[in-house]
Amino acid sequence: MSAGVAGSIASTTAIAARRRRARVGLVLLAGLALAVSVLALGAGAVAIPPGRVVAILWEAATGAGGEARDALVVTGIRLPRLLAGLLVGAALAVAGALMQGLFRNPLADPGLVGVSSGAGLAAGVTIVLGERLVPASLGLDPFVLLPFGAFLGGLATTLVLYAVSTRGGRTSIATMLLAGIALGALAGALSGFLAFLSDDRQLRDLTFWSLGSLGGATWGELAVVAPILGAVLLATPVLARALNALSLGEAEAYHLGVSVERAKTAIIVLVAAAVGASVAAAGVIGFVGIVVPHLLRLAIGPDHRTLLPACALLGAALLVGADVFARTIVAPAELPIGIVTAAIGAPFFLWLLLRKRGMFP
Amino acid sequence: MHRILAVAALVASLATSLATPAVASERLVSAGGVVTEILYALGVEDRIVGVDTTSLYPPQALEDHPDVGYVRALSAEGVLSLGPDRVIAVDAAGPPDALALIRQAGVPVEIVGEEPSEAGVLARIRAIGALVGEEARAEALAEEVAAGFADLAAAREAVDAPVRVLFVLSLQNGRAMVGGAGTSADAIIRLAGAVNAAAGIEGYKPVTDEAIIAAAPDVVLSISRGDHALSAKDVFSLPAFALTPAADDERLVSMDGLALLGFGPRTPMAAHDLIRALYPQVDEIRAEAAR
Repeated sequence: MSAGVAGSIASTTAIAARRRRARVGLVLLAGLALAVSVLALGAGAVAIPPGRVVAILWEAATGAGGEARDALVVTGIRLPRLLAGLLVGAALAVAGALMQGLFRNPLADPGLVGVSSGAGLAAGVTIVLGERLVPASLGLDPFVLLPFGAFLGGLATTLVLYAVSTRGGRTSIATMLLAGIALGALAGALSGFLAFLSDDRQLRDLTFWSLGSLGGATWGELAVVAPILGAVLLATPVLARALNALSLGEAEAYHLGVSVERAKTAIIVLVAAAVGASVAAAGVIGFVGIVVPHLLRLAIGPDHRTLLPACALLGAALLVGADVFARTIVAPAELPIGIVTAAIGAPFFLWLLLRKRGMFP
Repeated sequence: MHRILAVAALVASLATSLATPAVASERLVSAGGVVTEILYALGVEDRIVGVDTTSLYPPQALEDHPDVGYVRALSAEGVLSLGPDRVIAVDAAGPPDALALIRQAGVPVEIVGEEPSEAGVLARIRAIGALVGEEARAEALAEEVAAGFADLAAAREAVDAPVRVLFVLSLQNGRAMVGGAGTSADAIIRLAGAVNAAAGIEGYKPVTDEAIIAAAPDVVLSISRGDHALSAKDVFSLPAFALTPAADDERLVSMDGLALLGFGPRTPMAAHDLIRALYPQVDEIRAEAAR
């Protein structure tokens, strides 16, 4: 339907050409994600020859894996880390695209409406107060609670946001944006208060948490966040048509047969789940959600049917690539990945702003 | 008979030479400044294959060994890449996931307590000595350190009127971060026979100007970080500090941070330096008493 609307404007051959380009783009992106994944399994502080990596993976797949150190590095450290990186990168980029589609504003980002801050705050609460909230007799490490805390924080922020900005089943995007900024500021203030309450040690944990890292990715953690992120990624394509229609405006989308309120609710829930689970898995990682959709809209066009899967692929490739960089550049130590993504993302963001003002071609 | 003794001696020497090399060739990763300091003091620095970024003493520790990163943000693969047989870490080391993965790879991670006290220092030295199979050297070092503490206690006896000391970790925009109760700054102040003027606060916290005036320190204690040392002028030109008794004689004591706060083998020495800085007359009083 929406393609038909677009078709009345652009010529049929141009659309065919664009579709071909989008298809080629998706294949290229899939190839990129695959290549980066291979690199991520092969590269690291421990030098393991490629043949050995393949053999270890084969042994692990056939259940013949031993307890050798190399095997543990590949299957216990790099593999869960790669999977977490793929899922979190894909989810953050898709969440950015969803949010930008919802707001019809290319600068929108989950960080903007306070969802990331809410998730980060809840994570901070578990770091600082976890020992006090959970009876020591349970013997639970606060770090175990962290993913749950972050997810609940992201969800709670989204629900508050939704409650504030929805009247009689209609969501006001402007109210939501402003409320999001207020909630983000509140979460920031509470995080500051937490930093004040925390002791020296917790403060350092809090700092590193806010910089983001995939270093904590283990199979146990993946078991918690992978189903959530996987479900988000699988559910997203269903919204592509609605997002395309929404880009014309809410009334227009309604007349195109899209149930606007349901689509908005779905988008909000998916963004909350994606961001909450991502923060839970890897801390606060900025700029992936804004850089990836932008880049792709420039490269393959704004059609969400190709944009969303392309975002997932490029987001995954970008984050895994950034992680490989973060953990090899200063090996045997590692950089927090948030530093790497911000170092790539911030200049790019500035370039976008300046470009919009006509200062760049 | 002689032959039996000779054989016994041979067996014994073989047994020890077989037992020690196993430990003596062990590759160690040290995570925590105080661990590295004690490993060097025990003379086993050639077994270290990696240290964390807080291993600032001796200074060559970080120059001579790969840096595995900040003690609370270790990388499991990074540590394993050094092929260690054992990781010795302070209890602040983490994240827990990384330590769990290192253990899973068959590398024991030994945790050493960080309690800032006399007993804590001695226990740490002995524990690390036992881990690296240098019990005798550790015992000798512990006795030496214990003697230092005993001497320190005697010097404390000679202090008649304890002064109030405020430890300032940093001054940011004129706002002081001070060391309250439970910090190693608090512990070293008390070891030096003084009173922590910020004892009412828990941990390292930024405080208001009024709190500084209310604390009424006789001396301000800070740490010298290379060229970042606070000068008396920096401190006492601030209104809050200008109104404290310490400002009258501009009494600022600046000391090496790791020695002061590290609670390792150098602690008695650092506390002694502090006591001399706080009570310049203390050595005379002791000499008098000895006479």
